[in-house]
Amino acid sequence: MDQLSGGEMLIRALHDEGVDIVFGYPGGAVLHIYDAIFNQDKVEHILVRHEQAATHAADGYARSTGKPGVVLVTSGPGATNAVTGIATAYMDSIPMIVISGQVESRMIGTDGFQETDMVGISRPIVKHSFMVQEVKDIPHIIKKAFHIATTGRPGPVVIDIPKDATDPKQKEKYEYPKDLKLRSYAVPDKGHTGQIKKAVDALLLAKRPMIYSGGGAIQDNASEQLINFTQKLGFPITNTLMGLGAYPASNKQFLGMLGMHGTYEANMAMHHCDVLLCVGARFDDRVTNSDTSKFCPDATILHIDIDPASISKTVTADVPIVGAVAAVLEEMNDQIDKSDKEVDKQALKVWWDQIGKWREKDSLKVRPSENGIIMPQEVVKAVFEITEGDAYVSSDVGQHQMFAAQYYGFDKPRRWINSGGLGTMGFGFPAAMGVQFAFPEAVSVCITGEGSFLMNQQEFATCMQYQLPIKIICLNNQALGMVKQWQDMQYGGRYSHSTYAESLPDFSKLAEAYGHVGIKIEKSDELYPKLEEAFALKDKLVFVDVQVDPNEHVYPMAVKGGAMKDMFLSKTERT
Amino acid sequence: MRHIISVLMENEPGALSRVVGLFSQRNYNIDSLTVAPTEDQSLSRLTVTTSGDDARIEQITKHLNKIIDVVKLVDLTEGAHIERELMLIKVKAAGAQRAEVKRSVDIFRGQIVDVTSNVFTIQLTGTGDKLDAFITALGDNVVLEVARSGVSGISRGEKTLAL
Ligand SMILES: Cc1ncc(C[n+]2csc(CCOP(=O)(O)OP(=O)(O)O)c2C)c(N)n1
Ligand SMILES: [Mg+2]
Repeated sequence: MDQLSGGEMLIRALHDEGVDIVFGYPGGAVLHIYDAIFNQDKVEHILVRHEQAATHAADGYARSTGKPGVVLVTSGPGATNAVTGIATAYMDSIPMIVISGQVESRMIGTDGFQETDMVGISRPIVKHSFMVQEVKDIPHIIKKAFHIATTGRPGPVVIDIPKDATDPKQKEKYEYPKDLKLRSYAVPDKGHTGQIKKAVDALLLAKRPMIYSGGGAIQDNASEQLINFTQKLGFPITNTLMGLGAYPASNKQFLGMLGMHGTYEANMAMHHCDVLLCVGARFDDRVTNSDTSKFCPDATILHIDIDPASISKTVTADVPIVGAVAAVLEEMNDQIDKSDKEVDKQALKVWWDQIGKWREKDSLKVRPSENGIIMPQEVVKAVFEITEGDAYVSSDVGQHQMFAAQYYGFDKPRRWINSGGLGTMGFGFPAAMGVQFAFPEAVSVCITGEGSFLMNQQEFATCMQYQLPIKIICLNNQALGMVKQWQDMQYGGRYSHSTYAESLPDFSKLAEAYGHVGIKIEKSDELYPKLEEAFALKDKLVFVDVQVDPNEHVYPMAVKGGAMKDMFLSKTERT
Repeated sequence: MRHIISVLMENEPGALSRVVGLFSQRNYNIDSLTVAPTEDQSLSRLTVTTSGDDARIEQITKHLNKIIDVVKLVDLTEGAHIERELMLIKVKAAGAQRAEVKRSVDIFRGQIVDVTSNVFTIQLTGTGDKLDAFITALGDNVVLEVARSGVSGISRGEKTLAL
C-alpha cells in the first residue's frame, strides 16, 4: 500500500475514478495539490483564465460525454468565482466535482487571508458537499462525491480541502475504497410496475396523446428507449430546451421544441392533448407559462422522473412514476407489447390531421431579409447545413440561443450544450472548450451573442494555449437583444441599458490579438462562402462576427400569464 | 395545517445547516426547531414544526428526504403522537403576587425551580397550547423572560423512528 500525502491522494483518487482531465486555476490554498499534479502524468490539468470558465468547461465536458466534469480552484476568490458555474450545473442536474482549497484548519473562522465559507456559500446550489477533516478520509470522500454526483438525479458536489490536509509532509496509507455504504442515500431505479401499467393504460386509451421529454432523457441516455417507445405508439413528441436531441429533430413525429419560444404546433398540441406523458422534465415555468392553472386543461398527466421532489411540484401528476427514464420506458415498451389494448388509430389519425393544420402555420418561417441584411435565423440554418447537422453546438443566453435551439435540428443527444435552468450568459464559450477537450476531432461550435461572449472572452487565451479549434459564431445584433425584445414588447421600446453599439470591440481583431482567426460577415451574400471558409480552417479557432438584423425578435413567444396556446407569432400576429 | 416533522440525520457537521437552509431557500416556514443527539452516537434527531397545505408538506418531506444527511423522517401529525415542549419562565413574584403565581403553577402542574425575593423561575412542560395558556393565565406585566425549547414529539404505540 502506498504512503501518500493528501494532495497526492486526491489526484490518485481522481485517476482511480477514471478522471483524465481537470479544469482549474491555482492559488495559495491549493499549491500542494498543484505540486502533486506536476509530479504525475495520469490526470491532465487544463489551465483556464477564470474559475467560472473552469466550471463551464467541466460542465460542457460532462454534458457532451455523460461523465462527471472535475474542477479545481483555490480558496476565497477562486471558490467564489466558481459559484455561477456550480449553480448552472445544479439547475440542469449536471454531474460535477468541484474541489476547492481552504485555509489551514487552524485558521478557519479567523477571517484568514482568502478564507471564505465555501461549503456555506455553495450549500443551496450543490447536491452535497464535504469538508475534509483528515487526510486519511480523502479517498472515501472522493468515492462518495463521485457516487453522489453521478447517480440518481445528478448534480454538483463540492469538496473543500484545508491546505494542511494536502501537506506533502504528512503521508498516510492510500487505498481506494471498492464499495461504498451510504445509508441515507438510495437511488430509485426501476419504476413501480403498477404505476407503469396505469400509465400504459391511459396512453392506449388516449385520443389526443402527447409526449413531452426533457433533460432527464438525455441524462439517463434514454434516447433509444424514447425513440422505440414513441415510434411504437406513433404519437407526437416535443422536447424541452434541455431535452433537444433525445428525439431526432428530423423525424416526422417531432413537433419541435415547446415552451416560451416553442413551435406553434408543439404548444398547441400540448394545450389540446388529453393524455400527456412527461419524460424526465420538470414542468418549468418556461414550458408551462406562469399560470399553471391554464396548463393542459384536458390532460391526464403521467410523469416519469427520478427525483420524487420534481413530481407534483408545479403541476400535479395524475400518475407519478419515480424511476430512471430508460428503465421505465423499457418496461412501458414491454407492457405495450403485452397489453390486450391497442392504440386508437382512428382517433390518432384525427389528431395528426389537426397537428398537420397547426404545422401549416410554419411558425419558424424566416422573414426574408431586405437590403442584404442578415437574418439571425439564416445564420443558424447555414451553420446547420455546413456542419451537416453533426456538430456539438454550445450556446449562451438570449435571442441567439433561442435561434440556435429552434433552427439547428439536433438528431442526437448530448450535442446541444446549453444553460437552460440558470440561463447563464458566458456559458457557451468555455462549455465549447470542454466539448473540444472531450472530442478533439469533432466540430465544436459556439453560437453566441456579442453580449454573452464578452462575459468569458478571456478564454481566447486558453484556446490558444491548448490549440482548440472551436468555431465561434457570434450573432452580433449590437445589443442585449433578448432584453431589448422584452423592452419592445412590455416597456414601450424604452431601451434602458440594453444597447452599446458604439462601444463594441472589433471582434475579429480581438480574436487575432490572441493569435486566432477573425472573420466578419456583413452582407447576406457573404454568409455561406465566409462560413464555409471558417469551417474549412479545421485546426484554428475562428471567431465569426456576423452582423445580423438588430431589430429581429424571437417568435413564437408565449403571452405572459396565458396558456400554452397563447403565443405571439410575429410583431403583429397573436393566436 | 400545522405539522410536526421529526428527522433522523447523520451527526455530521453541516447537516443542521442543510436542513435549516432548505426551509429558507424554498420559502417554507419554521415555527419551532429542536435538535439533539440520539441514543445512537452517529445520529441526531431534529424536530421541526411547520405549516402548509398537503401539497406543500409533501414537497417539504420530499426535499428533506433528498438531503444526503437525512436518514429517515416521519410526519408525526399523520398519526397519533405525543408532543411536548419545555418552558422556563421568569415571572415577577413579590408580596401578594407570590401566592397567586404559585396557584397558577400548581394548576398547570409546573414547578418553581428558582426563587428570589421578587422573582420565581418556573419550569413547565406540555403542548405548545398549554404553555401559551399558562402565559395568558399569568396576566399582564408579570412575565420577565421566556425560554422555550421548541416542540419535540414521538409517535404513540409501537411505531418508532429508528434505523
Ligand atoms: C449572467 C447573466 N446576466 C444577465 C442575464 C440577463 N439576460 C438574458 S439575455 C440577455 C441579453 C444577451 O445578449 P446577447 O448575448 O448579445 O444575446 P442576444 O439576445 O442579443 O442574442 C441578458 C442580459 C443573463 N441571462 N445572464
Ligand atoms: Mg446581442
